[in-house]
Amino acid sequence: MDLVVSLALQILYGIANLALISLGLAIIFGMMRVINLAHGEFLMLGGYTVVIATNNGVNIWIAMLVLAPLVVGVIGVVVERLLIRWLYGRMIDTLLATWGLSLLIIGLVTSIFGASTATTISPPLGVITIGSYTSSGYEMFLIVVTVLLLVAVYATLKLTTLGLVARGTMQNAEMSSALGVSTSRIYMITFGLGAAVTGLAGGLLAPITGILPTIGAVYIAKAFITVISGGMAILAGTATASALLGGVNGIVAFLTGPTLGEVALLVTAIILLRLMPRGITGTLFRKSL
Amino acid sequence: MNRAEIVLETRNLSMHFGGVRAVDRVDFSLSENELRCLIGPNGAGKSTFFKCLTGQLRPTAGDVLIRDVDVTGREPHEIGALGVGIKTQVPNVFEGLTTEENIWISARRWHRSSRARTLTTETIERLQLGDVRSEPVGRLAHGQRQWVELGMVVAAEPWLVLLDEPAAGMTHEETVRTAELIREINRTATLIVVEHDMQFIRMISRRVTLFHEGGILMEDTMEAISADARARQVYLGHRA
Amino acid sequence: MRLSRDFRGTLVIAVCGLAFTLFAPEVLEFFTIITLSQVIGLAILALSLALVWGFGGILCFGQTAFFGLGAYAYAVTATNIGGSTGAILMAILVAAAFAAILGYFIFYGRVSDVYLAIITLTVALILYSLTRRTSGPEYKIGNALLGGFNGTAAPPLNLPGDAGTVLFPEDTFYVAMIALILAYVFCCWLVRTHFGRVCIAIRENETRAELLAYDIRLYKLGIFIIGAALAGLGGVFFCVGVSRVTPDVFSLSQAAVAIIWVIVGGRGTLIGPILATFALHYLTASLGSQALLNANLVLGTVLIVFVLLVPKGVVPSIIDLADIRRQRRVARSRERRLRLRRTRNGNETAGVGK
Repeated sequence: MDLVVSLALQILYGIANLALISLGLAIIFGMMRVINLAHGEFLMLGGYTVVIATNNGVNIWIAMLVLAPLVVGVIGVVVERLLIRWLYGRMIDTLLATWGLSLLIIGLVTSIFGASTATTISPPLGVITIGSYTSSGYEMFLIVVTVLLLVAVYATLKLTTLGLVARGTMQNAEMSSALGVSTSRIYMITFGLGAAVTGLAGGLLAPITGILPTIGAVYIAKAFITVISGGMAILAGTATASALLGGVNGIVAFLTGPTLGEVALLVTAIILLRLMPRGITGTLFRKSL
Repeated sequence: MNRAEIVLETRNLSMHFGGVRAVDRVDFSLSENELRCLIGPNGAGKSTFFKCLTGQLRPTAGDVLIRDVDVTGREPHEIGALGVGIKTQVPNVFEGLTTEENIWISARRWHRSSRARTLTTETIERLQLGDVRSEPVGRLAHGQRQWVELGMVVAAEPWLVLLDEPAAGMTHEETVRTAELIREINRTATLIVVEHDMQFIRMISRRVTLFHEGGILMEDTMEAISADARARQVYLGHRA
Repeated sequence: MRLSRDFRGTLVIAVCGLAFTLFAPEVLEFFTIITLSQVIGLAILALSLALVWGFGGILCFGQTAFFGLGAYAYAVTATNIGGSTGAILMAILVAAAFAAILGYFIFYGRVSDVYLAIITLTVALILYSLTRRTSGPEYKIGNALLGGFNGTAAPPLNLPGDAGTVLFPEDTFYVAMIALILAYVFCCWLVRTHFGRVCIAIRENETRAELLAYDIRLYKLGIFIIGAALAGLGGVFFCVGVSRVTPDVFSLSQAAVAIIWVIVGGRGTLIGPILATFALHYLTASLGSQALLNANLVLGTVLIVFVLLVPKGVVPSIIDLADIRRQRRVARSRERRLRLRRTRNGNETAGVGK
């Protein structure tokens, strides 16, 4: 019985983890049809924000829940204004530019803080113990935070004016700009919000994974697959894809070890895309958020 | 109609988008060597019907038969492989390639290299595209691009030709020339032409099918349709 | 006539390549020659992506997956059978077979654009994390230990059929260069065949190609597999040049540089990405030795600058410039002739008038 409960919790955590690392990417993809290839670096920057802030005496919770999303959100807005907005309508160029941005951020962070965490910033071990949570307790916390985050995004999309306009833009960008909505401003806010959510995720995960300039690469493969498998609908896509892929990954990993778990995740996604080329929400739940 | 002469037929063909019945239970047949025009006001369903014939849309219900072969829901390339030449409403050309290359790609699908080259040259002459032979099609004027596309259709030497608005956006002179071309194609092939332009239809048509609200309202000569009260009602009602 | 002019260009480039092959060992240092074999491997990777992306229009962000699989397949096979000839074939086969399976799902599922780019990139990244996990002694294929993130040793090339006679680094350089030249000529030929032209046509307009009765899925799959086979061959020379293959062949930055070579060299040309590989490799290598600027920083900047300012890449931009100048020259001379004729006519009419 204990085994079942512990396994279930582990799978649940796996699913929450996928949703957490993907949500920011899904917001940007769903609204702007842009896959942000610097997504992993946004996560990394969230992690750095937390580590640097706590090393300077900021409370870890404030650093994770306030500073990380704030800092990365601002970076997101700046990036959108300086880079992304010149490339509207050129999807592939946007992909390439964000990839360039990814390399640029890795290079910058490496130049400033060094290639490894240990040499320039105090060890992340300290971060893990602050808050005196056992690792599994922290995982429970992350599951709760992920659920709250999904609810918050749902509420934003459903209840606020911004959400209404955003849903309109999601359905039909030309239509909304014809109705006098400034799509440019919407895109800026979307990109900023997506980046903020990503920063939050990066900050929350920093105590578990530690940080390095190249830590982004650890997350992005899974985040990409989740978002692509999910399709355009931000919440339904992220939730269903995370549940499916996280579930498959968790079960296979439990049976055979983590290596095959990841392969199973990839194979599931590829077969899924053969059947539903526009992702789960491109075929099912098409009217959902 | 003699069954043996029927080359294209739809039975109970329907295409629904959500609650909209764009094409609703259409029975249609076309006999060999015919030149049939499909007309109707905007939203009458003729373009959707056309796309179901060419494999660009998979019909919700019903069948499409070409020479008694069921091709419902087949891929466009499978329909093309039966020897059907198709021109879509939105000009579909290879923008970055030259006129010559565009037409060669079509001819080469069916013929060996040397024959394809001769056929390409012939087609270019036939369509009077010699001046822009080596121009990238993306740089040509709209009318010429339409002709390049017609050239691609012709160069494949199809026996059945489906054209969606071949004269759209053309000047009067170009329209006249296109009408000539279509009559010329009709000498060796059966045609369906979807059109808006009534003048153009008068230039080419023998038999006309009038679409209205997803179905066939009537089928007759252009003169008869022009004189018909219902047909006029359909057009005027929508124009008002 | 245009065909023959194009082909003359290919020949000129091939001859230049041959001249470089013959003279490089005379002029360059021994160490540079060793590094060059490795760069040639990368250049073949760039060529394969130039073919698949530039001509096939397939946005394969994870071309390095095939490159890395080729390298691993070579190292494992050569370690096991003790000869390199069969191992090279194996590398090409493994890369092509993997592309065939992956490509089937992608193209027959009609996955395109962003989805295709991300799926292929993800495949490379998953291979990266997979190979990194193979550090234990249980991860071995035959005699070859996969070695986790330290990678596995790649045996040197040997004479075909004679595993005892190992090639010297200069000889390896010759072989690699000739492979590159042959691969280049092959690609130039391929894009002019019926198959190649149909692939280009599909890049230009999928719907039109389908309506002309071409099964675009099959053509895309075909060029994808050919590209993967080439990338696998590139992987062989890369790992032979370094004597090792590590999971880094599958890394995100490796995938990025492959894309950068093609962007910088120019989509739609074959020689551009090859030259860009050599140039950028030289640039990052010299930056790396100075340790002034981080290589990622430079590559990231290069990519952004090119996407924003030179989206066509260097070689096509040069060709465009040359075209514009030629057109201007033609226009100017035509104008001069016209003016001449006009003055002459003018004189005649003036004469008549008198």
